[in-house]
Amino acid sequence: MSALSILRLIPYPPGVIVGGEIIFKGRNLLKLSDEEMRHIRGAQIAMVFQEPTTSLNPVLSVRLQLSESLELHRGMDRAAGFEEAVKLLKLVGIPDAERRANDYPYQFSGGMQQRIMMAMALSCNPDLIIADEPTTSVDVTVQAQLLELLNNLRSQFGTAVIIITHNLGVVARYVERVNVMYAGRLVESGPTDVIYSEPRHPYTMGLLGSVPRLDLPRKRKLFVIDGMPPHLAHLPKGCAFQPRCRYAIARCSEERPELAQVGDNHLSACFRREETEIFERVA
Amino acid sequence: MARDDHLVEVENLYMYFPVLAGVMRRKVGEVKAVDGISFYIKRGETLGLVGESGCGKTTTGRCILQLYKVTGGKIFFEGKDLTRIKASELRSLRKDMQLIFQDPYASLDPRMTAGDIIGEPMLVHNLAKGKAYREQVAELLRLVQLDPSMADRYPHEFSGGQRQRIGIARALSTRPKFIICDEPVSALDVSIQTQIITLLIRLREEMGLTYLFIAHDLSVVRHISDRVAVMYLGKIVEITNSDELYDNPLHPYTQALLSAVPIPNPVVDRQRKRILLSGDVPSPVNPPPGCNFHPRCHMALDICKEQVPVGRDIGGEHWVACHRV
Repeated sequence: MSALSILRLIPYPPGVIVGGEIIFKGRNLLKLSDEEMRHIRGAQIAMVFQEPTTSLNPVLSVRLQLSESLELHRGMDRAAGFEEAVKLLKLVGIPDAERRANDYPYQFSGGMQQRIMMAMALSCNPDLIIADEPTTSVDVTVQAQLLELLNNLRSQFGTAVIIITHNLGVVARYVERVNVMYAGRLVESGPTDVIYSEPRHPYTMGLLGSVPRLDLPRKRKLFVIDGMPPHLAHLPKGCAFQPRCRYAIARCSEERPELAQVGDNHLSACFRREETEIFERVA
Repeated sequence: MARDDHLVEVENLYMYFPVLAGVMRRKVGEVKAVDGISFYIKRGETLGLVGESGCGKTTTGRCILQLYKVTGGKIFFEGKDLTRIKASELRSLRKDMQLIFQDPYASLDPRMTAGDIIGEPMLVHNLAKGKAYREQVAELLRLVQLDPSMADRYPHEFSGGQRQRIGIARALSTRPKFIICDEPVSALDVSIQTQIITLLIRLREEMGLTYLFIAHDLSVVRHISDRVAVMYLGKIVEITNSDELYDNPLHPYTQALLSAVPIPNPVVDRQRKRILLSGDVPSPVNPPPGCNFHPRCHMALDICKEQVPVGRDIGGEHWVACHRV
């Protein structure tokens, strides 16, 4: 949802961004006209969606879909667009790209479709790529291929990347800074290494302790977070995580904790953030 | 022949599905979903079955439950070959073998109440009726940590995690000996996954169950299983105990699969060896000759292109099918 807001893709009505600013390269995206926004979307900020199967247009050839944004944002004609499309497909590792460019999305596997999505995202040399659960619908070996590719492209072109994911392993391997969200709010933010070794929010800590890990003893007791995430229309009073939190105190059900500094670039929204002994049990 | 301490034994199982084409629906090929696999599951043990989508994990599970008529091979359950016994005998054995499905949304009938869903198998098998039936439904709900008062609600009133608990209660209703868990947590949120995994482990211990745990998430499979079988394109490539799996994987595919799973700790993960597989899993209609993993294998030799590797036990219940081992 945050990502869709950045791109101003929230359907209105009913969705409305009620406040705040989205600053991209010094400009507030919320103040831009629809026309100006169209020049940003796809061209400067690109998005890779979760399900390539439903995000690609099934009745257009891959070449035509790629060419569309090239013609729109980079002013190419159809022929130049087609040529560039093939180059992009090669870049993301589609074998036999010249021939396959004429194929339709259904003729590609899920992993290949996601590569095509990445080619599309890269087509206009964006400054920012937002990848929304880019690998949830593919197998682990393909996930590794795709994330390696995204990582290489990032360093090659200097693109900033936001990865939205629930996979803590993916975050650990590919990400430099993490924002942890719960029920619509940031609960913790900081450099990846710090978040994993010294989390300072019970939700982050719980998540880290709850996933089975290949490198730890097998019979290790997992940390169970009881209950389930609240409905966003009926948030509990105070801290939204409080009903599921083992460390909740009276204050948590009355006041909402705000983000506050706990270290270098490290923020936590928890009243007990300074009681480090609570957070020490994480492996 | 099956050994006594083996609850389930699969011998040379083949399951081919015909590919039909044209107006006459003539057979033009075969999907070799399961292509000659053998394994056993001991009483009280959990065997994990991992592999990527389309490798034949689910088909294997369904073959064991006799939901398909197998193309070849034998399946022993408590020493009886399920592929040969009479239909009536199979019917009474079915209550000993249950299945927990992947999708808690699609696997519950939306028009039945939770209580009816959980109790139906008991009625089918004539296990309880009247007051005893209602009591057992309540007991089953408590067993999966749901409130017995929820028996009158319909599936849409439950969350994904709660629905999966209903699915588990249904599987337990016939007091089975053996449960196949087919990706039971992959459709759930991370925090809910842990709840269900913990519940499955507790139930196994309390009720002395034996599981075949099918999943693509290696970390989850390793956590819950005593031994793990790795499948690739219809064949099992390696079977080993869960600790060996991470400490000493021998098949290149197992190694690649493990290295593809990032460990949720950046410091530990950085120190791991990374093997990146190229390409996709080939089609099971036309699997490559020789070892079917050879086109993606970083260690392949000439022999791998020609000869199918024969699996062998290298001791300590570690079985592997690779020319390089």
